[in-house]
Amino acid sequence: MTASRTRKNPPSSDKKSPPPIFEGAEWDYEKVDNCFQAIQKIAIDEMGLNVYPTQIEIITSEQMLDAYSSVGMPLMYNHWSFGKSFLRDESNYQKGFSGLAYEIVINSNPCICYIMEENSMTMQTLVMAHAAFGHNHFFKNNHLFKQWTDANAILDYLQFAKNYIAKCEERYGQKEVEKILDSAHALRDQGVDKFTRRQKLDVAALRQRELERNEYEQSQYSELWRTLPEMASRDDEEIDLIEKALVQKLGLPESNLLYFLEKHSPVLENWQREILRIVRSMAQYFYPQRQTKMMNEGCACFVHYHIMNRLFDTGQITEGAMLEFIDFHSRVIAQPDFDNQYYAGINPYALGFAMMKDIERICENPTDEDREWFPDFAGNNQAIKTLKEAWENFRDESFILQYLSPHLMRDFRLFNLNDDKSRPFYLVDAIHNKQGYTAIRSALAAQYSVASLDLDIQVTNVDLHGNRAMILTHNITNGVTLDEKQVNLVIPHIQRLWGYDVSVKSIEPNIDKTHFA
Amino acid sequence: MMHIIDRRLNPKGKSLSNRQRFIDRAKTQIKKAVNEAIANRKISNTDGGERIKIPSDGLYEPRFTGDSDKGIHDRVMPGNKDFMPGDKIKRPPSKGQGQGGRDASEGGEGEDGFHFTLTRDEFLDIFFENMALPDFIKKSIKEEVTHEYTRAGYKRQGSPSNLNLKLTMRNSLARRLCLRRPRDEEITELEEKITALRQQKKHTIKEQNKLIALLEELEVKKRRRKVVPYIDPLDVRYTSFTEIEKPNTHAVMFCLMDVSGSMGETHKELAKRFFMLLHLFLVRQYTKVDVIFIRHTHLASEVDEETFFHSRETGGTIVSTALEVMQKIIKDRYPPEDWNIYAAQASDGDNLNSDNAHCQHLLTQNILPMCQYFAYVEVWDSHEAEMFPGDNNATRLWQAYEELKLSHQNFALKKVTRPEDIFPVLHDLFAKNKKSEVA
Repeated sequence: MTASRTRKNPPSSDKKSPPPIFEGAEWDYEKVDNCFQAIQKIAIDEMGLNVYPTQIEIITSEQMLDAYSSVGMPLMYNHWSFGKSFLRDESNYQKGFSGLAYEIVINSNPCICYIMEENSMTMQTLVMAHAAFGHNHFFKNNHLFKQWTDANAILDYLQFAKNYIAKCEERYGQKEVEKILDSAHALRDQGVDKFTRRQKLDVAALRQRELERNEYEQSQYSELWRTLPEMASRDDEEIDLIEKALVQKLGLPESNLLYFLEKHSPVLENWQREILRIVRSMAQYFYPQRQTKMMNEGCACFVHYHIMNRLFDTGQITEGAMLEFIDFHSRVIAQPDFDNQYYAGINPYALGFAMMKDIERICENPTDEDREWFPDFAGNNQAIKTLKEAWENFRDESFILQYLSPHLMRDFRLFNLNDDKSRPFYLVDAIHNKQGYTAIRSALAAQYSVASLDLDIQVTNVDLHGNRAMILTHNITNGVTLDEKQVNLVIPHIQRLWGYDVSVKSIEPNIDKTHFA
Repeated sequence: MMHIIDRRLNPKGKSLSNRQRFIDRAKTQIKKAVNEAIANRKISNTDGGERIKIPSDGLYEPRFTGDSDKGIHDRVMPGNKDFMPGDKIKRPPSKGQGQGGRDASEGGEGEDGFHFTLTRDEFLDIFFENMALPDFIKKSIKEEVTHEYTRAGYKRQGSPSNLNLKLTMRNSLARRLCLRRPRDEEITELEEKITALRQQKKHTIKEQNKLIALLEELEVKKRRRKVVPYIDPLDVRYTSFTEIEKPNTHAVMFCLMDVSGSMGETHKELAKRFFMLLHLFLVRQYTKVDVIFIRHTHLASEVDEETFFHSRETGGTIVSTALEVMQKIIKDRYPPEDWNIYAAQASDGDNLNSDNAHCQHLLTQNILPMCQYFAYVEVWDSHEAEMFPGDNNATRLWQAYEELKLSHQNFALKKVTRPEDIFPVLHDLFAKNKKSEVA
């Protein structure tokens, strides 16, 4: 829908402009390099983006498939599930069900962008603007990435993880390692710290920690192994006190299940704990990406759109290249209506890009309505600065709450469909009108919130005097209970890691049911 | 600020080991799928990989998820046409709702399978697991071995064609450096200095002394250059090759088939599958496999594959003619000392009664001693099998062959009625550690 409003100032042919950087579809290193310089000029000098150095890697489609299956990372430890996704992707690709991405970008320093050899020169230009500057700026500046990930260390850490797991396989057997990884993967979503600062990943420290673990493990006092007779002599009150102290010592309740198991499981070997740690470190690394998907893509699309237009305005790319770009761009940011057969939820590229463009519009060309809704920045004529602040300080949820304008809601013709499973009908409870704006805005934000992305599951108790059973508590939000089938499949994995009984309890004000596995 | 790295030449198949792990994990399911796949395959189609579908049990990765059929969900959607706040939309009947398919399939029920393509090698590996060629080792040791050259380091002597330039020059350079052989530049420099001095019209004593010193130095260096040669025989290295023995890896497979009127299309189809599998199997074991097709009625001839399977012939049935042709071909082209010989015969069991004894004789006296293995399958169509169940209704040829089986370990016979029977037959024939069936 944005394809029609492309550019306002066609390059005047009478003005002398340098010849375009490239013509035709073929690319070579010189052209790519020249293009990069031109893009960089616009991105850094004009837009003032702040990016990591870039490393562009040219890969084939086969290598792109490989990269897919290792969750986009350049290195990954081995596990059958990656083979499974490889086979699935390969199959889909060969049958033409799905195309391949044009690039993959990795949040690392230097920022690695994979681009495919099949891309035309126009695509390479677009991809560089999109990934090497758009995503790169977002990775380096967004507060979530700053807080939770360490771009300097990730490549070293991946190398460490790969080697470590390979070494474990050598020593303890592929089957044993696979079991632990299977179980850890089942708890990946529950292996994320949400509220505390992550420690930096440091390979040297990792080795050190492993050594220390080996040394002190034996001598370390574990309350879980306390023998019963000693306890019997104490009276109940005292036991209660001890238990409370213990619960505190174990840090309950704990929402990071993998962390809890790594630190406190009575049955795991040291290497198994380290594997849990690797899996949860990876989950943690991806955590910010899940929370900023829409903004991240919006930022990258805005940046590539801006840069491509500037390149065209200054005569550095041809009309043909511009047309190719617009064709591609408008397909990427297309948003099918809810009743369209291709509708698959809200397209993060579409919403992200539209919101960024909308902020630009409000900054430069506000209506009275915009002034009323966004007094802080409406008409300040500093679109890029305003956007950069947004990219830095928000995530999808808060970004929508802060910046989704009535204008955009009307453009998208958004409405909220309330689906209460206990009623025989869906209810349209808000549409894009004056009464509905705030409701839609908060409903859409809630869709991107942590609460709706992740279930609230915590370790709340371990029975230290009896059977060492672990109790997990699921706090029900909006009446959504756990999928029983999945629970029955996941519980055995937790039991493998914990060594004793595990049960899940779901808590809601009016329902209190316990599911014992 | 930017690097471009070309990764295209990096080794492919980074996920090969993950793929292998996946296949190991799904082994039993894959094996079953492979067996089903082979039952419906064409002989012309033995080269490609195979697309198979396996149920997803054991391959599912569970996670805690919310139950999508419970609770209250708000969904903001784009593209409102004419909804007004307060509109109610009747819920469509549960299940079959939207993209429910995925949840249902991954719930561990395994109804919905996982599709992917095995490579040819993976396919065959799984297919031929637990199978080995009979007497392969014994025969290959006994056999005359072939020789092959492989690289084996470097040596000081050798033919000029094997001269290893790189290593030779490296040694030469090291020696020249150690023995301080004067370089060309040093000599030219000296000579220039000398000419420069000589060109001066007047010389001081100091300069004259210097000239003499330079001349002496030049003399010394020139001599040194002669003494320390550029390339010394000591430097020279040759690439070395060594001969290694290789077991004979050539095999010839004889396909013998009765094409008389009594063999219908179904019979031929069954026989074809048997030949196909045997061929696949041999190709896997030997680097070179020749296939010879011999068809017979009351006359036998060697034909190409197309004719073998598709042309029709009429006439009586005399099995021994085919055996004679086979014997002749072995004698002419495939001396048993050089070739591993396999034979597979398919027939419906009809034979001229008086010929059976002759067949027996040919096999015991001439053919079986030369063969690694001789397999006979008798193909019956399903009507026949229903009409004559059990082994008591054996054909004459079968009876004659059965006697051979008792005295020859490298002879096997089986009866086949349906395509599904073929694989187990082959499996039995070539089962690893096959127990001797001789009492």
